[in-house]
Amino acid sequence: MITASLVHAPSHADTGFWSTYVFSTDHKTIGKQYLGLGVLWTVVGGLLAGGMRWQLAWPDTALPVVGEIGPEVFNMMVTMHGTIMVFFVAMPILLGAFGNFLIPLMIGARDMIFPRLNMLSVWTFTVASVVMLSSFFVPGGAASAGWTGYPPLSARPEYTGVHWGLNLWILGLALEFASFLMGGVNYLTTAIALRAPGMTFFRMPLVVWQQLVASTLFLLSVGPLIAGAVMLLLDRTLGTAFYASDLGGDPLLWQHLFWFFGHPEVYVVLLPALGFVLEVLPVFSRKPIFGYRWIIWATLVAGALSFIVWAHHMFISGMDPRLAMPFSVTTILISVPFAYIVFAMIATLWRGSISFDVPMLWALGFLTMFIVGGLTGIFNGSAPADIYINNTYFVVAHFHYTLFSAVVFGGFAGLYFWFPKMFGRMLGRPLGHLHFWLTLVFFNVTFFPQHHLGLAGMVRRVANPLQYDALVPLQWLNVLSTWGAFGLLAAQAALVANVVWSVRAGARAPGNPWDANTLEWSAASPPPHLNWGPSAPMVYRGPYDYSVPGARADWHSQDAGPGRTSALGARS
Amino acid sequence: MLNWLRWLPENASTYGADVDGVIAIIWYTTLVWFFLTFGTLGAFLVLYRRRPGRAAAHVRGERLREAAWILVPVAVVLVLDLWLDFRGAPVWAKVKIERPPAELTVQVTGRQFNWEVVYPGADGRFGTADDKPFIDELHVPVNRPVRVVLKSRDVIHSFFLPNFRLKQDAVPGRDIEGWFQATKPGKYELPCAMLCGFGHSGMKAYLYVHPEAEYDAWAAEQRS
Repeated sequence: MITASLVHAPSHADTGFWSTYVFSTDHKTIGKQYLGLGVLWTVVGGLLAGGMRWQLAWPDTALPVVGEIGPEVFNMMVTMHGTIMVFFVAMPILLGAFGNFLIPLMIGARDMIFPRLNMLSVWTFTVASVVMLSSFFVPGGAASAGWTGYPPLSARPEYTGVHWGLNLWILGLALEFASFLMGGVNYLTTAIALRAPGMTFFRMPLVVWQQLVASTLFLLSVGPLIAGAVMLLLDRTLGTAFYASDLGGDPLLWQHLFWFFGHPEVYVVLLPALGFVLEVLPVFSRKPIFGYRWIIWATLVAGALSFIVWAHHMFISGMDPRLAMPFSVTTILISVPFAYIVFAMIATLWRGSISFDVPMLWALGFLTMFIVGGLTGIFNGSAPADIYINNTYFVVAHFHYTLFSAVVFGGFAGLYFWFPKMFGRMLGRPLGHLHFWLTLVFFNVTFFPQHHLGLAGMVRRVANPLQYDALVPLQWLNVLSTWGAFGLLAAQAALVANVVWSVRAGARAPGNPWDANTLEWSAASPPPHLNWGPSAPMVYRGPYDYSVPGARADWHSQDAGPGRTSALGARS
Repeated sequence: MLNWLRWLPENASTYGADVDGVIAIIWYTTLVWFFLTFGTLGAFLVLYRRRPGRAAAHVRGERLREAAWILVPVAVVLVLDLWLDFRGAPVWAKVKIERPPAELTVQVTGRQFNWEVVYPGADGRFGTADDKPFIDELHVPVNRPVRVVLKSRDVIHSFFLPNFRLKQDAVPGRDIEGWFQATKPGKYELPCAMLCGFGHSGMKAYLYVHPEAEYDAWAAEQRS
């Protein structure tokens, strides 16, 4: 094993404003840059959702300030909301921000193994952001062919009226993929090569495992989609016919390439969030996670299965119907490893000593909402049920219960948990509680009725539900959902207030405010450049030694040596 | 609000009840799991909330004997999963694979933003002079299997009959066959379920299901 302290000698410590805050190679700064960009995009994606919900509740009426939305703009909002939330919010925050910040700190490394590549990654993402943002301002507007970009709709400008907007959409996504490929290579290599002495693979915290599996899934799945995107761009710009049936192409080719990537991508987003929750649960129940190794194996099984389920997005696409049942079986089977992980989370609480601190609330919020999303996934995964449910709002409800719970509930579990480490200040508890409860309630007001709308036959991506006889009497559900969405957006003010208050007047965070075991808590809050002083940590134990019988304290830092077991243990 | 099955629109096809049956067994199965997991979770949160003087137990859950507490429920999940697919497979086959011989074949072509419906006319063949075209209306007799040949002129559309539990994408370059048999006369909505451009919202046809005699009269009228 390479000794971390030799790889990055403290001699090249960055100096000056530009190299410290802008063109930094420090993994923590890069993580915060990803966080900042992700938060900016969250605002854009959230406002787009607000506009969509306005149109759905009160179709073709003027939205204050913006004006009337109409079907063209609505399609653009649907498309860009999905694209932004998956690729420019979930990935930069869950992987970019937390992956960069946590992986070196948690494995006892002083930085990523390729710090310059890491800087290139975040700057490539910045360019991707500029390209994607500029697509809103070109003539014809931004892409409006759905976040899945199905051709032929996406393959010829005349079908949508969007020309450069969609080209820039492809280009922006390609740059985003490049950025996360660089990040993923870095995460994997760092975790393989830079673990501190004693940090074996099976002593790594679960969130590191989840980040690594997520990065691996991304590396293995994105290639076919990049090939598909190049073909789409060629179809649009040079008149090739990869997806044009009248010239010998096939529109379904794109769907196979897209979903071969698309389903693993769901887990690229989900697994890091699952990792945050797996870290938070033991700390606030003062118990080891239930079945550490079993969870790792379950994650690997789920990751492997995610490569053979993609056609469940295509049951009624016109592919050979005999393929549906095999894909239905693999899809429903993927509930097995996730059922294991969810049960393990619940079992971790059993005979614990549970405190309801703010990170724990978000972790429990994730757990409950993810169970609902997991159960509704069984409906979608069943091919015969999917004949009816496919492309209805039931699907929209399902993936918000899974992905929103991952990105928002999981993400906030991580943010409230590691904020003290990242920024050196504690967040306020009452505002944190308020933020959680408002988000939980309004999330359910927004998305729970969408199950019913879907079951009643409301199809996705319609700009005006009142055009359908069956939906006119159910319009109150759309109005309810819209009020929920507005409440959900407004509730985030509690977070803004909390962060502003914390930065100005919050209590200074101690090194280890939660009495947690993993290595990042052995560094200062926030950790200095290169994370630890002259001596990097040595690792003596696994990450979840909580409440060991006979010990004086109920926690043991991973770097607490045999002789120092209780030295760090006095609980504050 | 609580029983999701009540939210499905009225069923008017022969296989609709089978599809609803699959949705129902999934609904009841997942409902049981919902209460089991939420109940267990809620009970643990109350029973094991932090109280002074009571420490947490040190349970790693690594050994097989401990892990069995989870592995057994997971095994039940696995069995139920396979059972759901075992129950679902015949329904899928009934709707999508085993098409019965049909007396009436209709060609339905999606285009931005209408459904073009073509009847083959007296010669029973498409592409001949006596083809009878309609826009956004489809007439069929009750209680007779109808074969639909789905096509598209431009982008992907999706043929959705909510009351019949039938959905099938129409893909340019392919002739995709579907079928249904109506059980109740009436007028039913036929929306496009796939984003197909700015007119996607509102792209819909109506399916008119006529009693036998009424349909025959309608068909005769079209021929004259």
